[in-house]
Amino acid sequence: MKQIQLKQVSKCFGNVEVIPPLDLQIEEGEFVVFVGPSGCGKSTLLRLIAGLEDVTTGQVLINGEDATAIPPAKRGLAMVFQSYALYPHMSVRKNIAFPLRMAGLDKAEQARRVEEAASVLNLTDYLDRRPGQLSGGQRQRVAIGRAIVREPTAFLFDEPLSNLDAALRVGMRLEISELHKRLATTMIYVTHDQVEAMTMADKIVVLQAGMIEQVGSPLDLYHKPCNTFVAGFIGSPKMNLLAGKEAAKHDAHTIGIRPEHVAISSTAGEWEGVVGVSEHLGSDTFIHVTCPVFSEPLTVRASGELDLTYGAKVYLTPDLAHLHKFDDLGIRLK
Amino acid sequence: MATQHSRSAARMMMAPATILLLGWMLVPLTMTLYFSFKKYLPLRGGDLGWVGFDNYVRFVSSSSFWPAVATTLVIVGGVLIITVILGVLLALLLDQPIWGQGVVRILVIAPFFVMPTVSGLVWKNMFMDPVNGFFAHLWRAVGAEPIQWLSQASLPSLIMIISWQWLPFATLILLTAIQSLDSEQREAAEMDGAGPIGRFSFIILPHLARAITVVVLIQTIFLLSIFAEIFVTTAGAFGTKTLTYLIFQRVLESQNVGLGSAGGVYAIILANIVAIFLMRVVGKNLDR
Repeated sequence: MKQIQLKQVSKCFGNVEVIPPLDLQIEEGEFVVFVGPSGCGKSTLLRLIAGLEDVTTGQVLINGEDATAIPPAKRGLAMVFQSYALYPHMSVRKNIAFPLRMAGLDKAEQARRVEEAASVLNLTDYLDRRPGQLSGGQRQRVAIGRAIVREPTAFLFDEPLSNLDAALRVGMRLEISELHKRLATTMIYVTHDQVEAMTMADKIVVLQAGMIEQVGSPLDLYHKPCNTFVAGFIGSPKMNLLAGKEAAKHDAHTIGIRPEHVAISSTAGEWEGVVGVSEHLGSDTFIHVTCPVFSEPLTVRASGELDLTYGAKVYLTPDLAHLHKFDDLGIRLK
Repeated sequence: MATQHSRSAARMMMAPATILLLGWMLVPLTMTLYFSFKKYLPLRGGDLGWVGFDNYVRFVSSSSFWPAVATTLVIVGGVLIITVILGVLLALLLDQPIWGQGVVRILVIAPFFVMPTVSGLVWKNMFMDPVNGFFAHLWRAVGAEPIQWLSQASLPSLIMIISWQWLPFATLILLTAIQSLDSEQREAAEMDGAGPIGRFSFIILPHLARAITVVVLIQTIFLLSIFAEIFVTTAGAFGTKTLTYLIFQRVLESQNVGLGSAGGVYAIILANIVAIFLMRVVGKNLDR
């Protein structure tokens, strides 16, 4: 069932068109991630769905009904903000209960739902503290708790993990994914971090300059990026995008090959190059190789502990089964 | 200011200012205390020697003492209530994006730049004059008998004048506080189903608690010593004699420095009682 549908939705701020008309469908129970570089309009798109911004043209449909003119509170959506937006003068308990209190639920029901949400999120011990006395991860959980108690049709997350440190981010990523599996509620998640997008999403929407570049499952996007932007954005480290004579050999304007699909050898191979900086991650080593045939250096993954010194001569061989071809407009060639 | 050396250097540098300020406070205070124990009548014999607590007893047993204390508290309380309530409302209004925002904000702040004597006289002669005042014309325009503001409703009139002067101060502080409210918090409250009134009472007002405390504390300090507005309007008549004004009358009109100084000491005590009371009631907002 299509739960949230955008029909020709566009948004202008003054004369600037931030989001040109676009269509998007979000199915029930899906975990959808909007991903794109800063300023690509992903947060604006989320705010349009939430109703915090008015659409300039088009329609937002929620559960098949036109919600374009419905105020945010009545859309049945809950949002988790980047800054968590907790109310600093209220205890955690009151923060979580706030939407219920506004909805006029009776005290006993409020207390029951708050306890329930707190136990799901391991917040039971902190219910009487103020947000100022909590760590970043705990505040994040309170913000999620405030969203859960409303039992919304869908959750909206606006870069919720960007204020956390790297280790905590990985942990919260798992927690949110787990929460999604448990609640089976639709979630729309905005991030600029493609790792978050790849690990959490059922469906990724890649945006650039307000336009949807590609919609698909993480592996779809990884294996079949529809243009050079998506190819370069998804995957870490980035795909090597190479233009020139070598690309012409494969009947393409640009060819793309991921670091993990290039074999490196010190004796023989297709492209000759010189080893630049190596990044050792333990399990993998990423080596930057400068090849005379390409204008830009390539990133190559070498598994294990390959012993290549700076300036050494190496040979690279691409795995042709994983070669991506793009035309002169950057569109994928079939 | 980390090392021993820089700390002692800092102390040396700050010493002159600290000593000057201390002297500035201590000299008048000591002189007040000194005179309050003397019978000192500048035009009637000058220094007539020590009298112990005579002045203190006389000042309190005077029939004008308790009414003066009451008047002081009514004026301070009245002005605080009016400026805080109207200040919050005006700040909310000025926070809205409106055309000509900059000009409007400056206009709102303008009364604060008018000197107390001037504003007192303007109000007295141009607004509250029972014959030629603006209010008198207004009353007559609707066929009513003009009110003799400063004699029939003297205390409310004074509170009105002083509130007009202090409203910009309250508005300015509260406006900056409102502007510092995280917009995501407002949006979160909106998503959580709080309407305009809910957002105001659950999000904005608690956020303003600290700013309101600052406004109340600072205004109290200045309002306790209000003088010019009373001097130029009613000159202490019609029940507008505050403690400050009573002291002025004792020292300058009755030429009794000793009695006035005793009154000054009572004023210090009153100010401290009010301060302790305020810190108990609203001071805890500052700790958060």
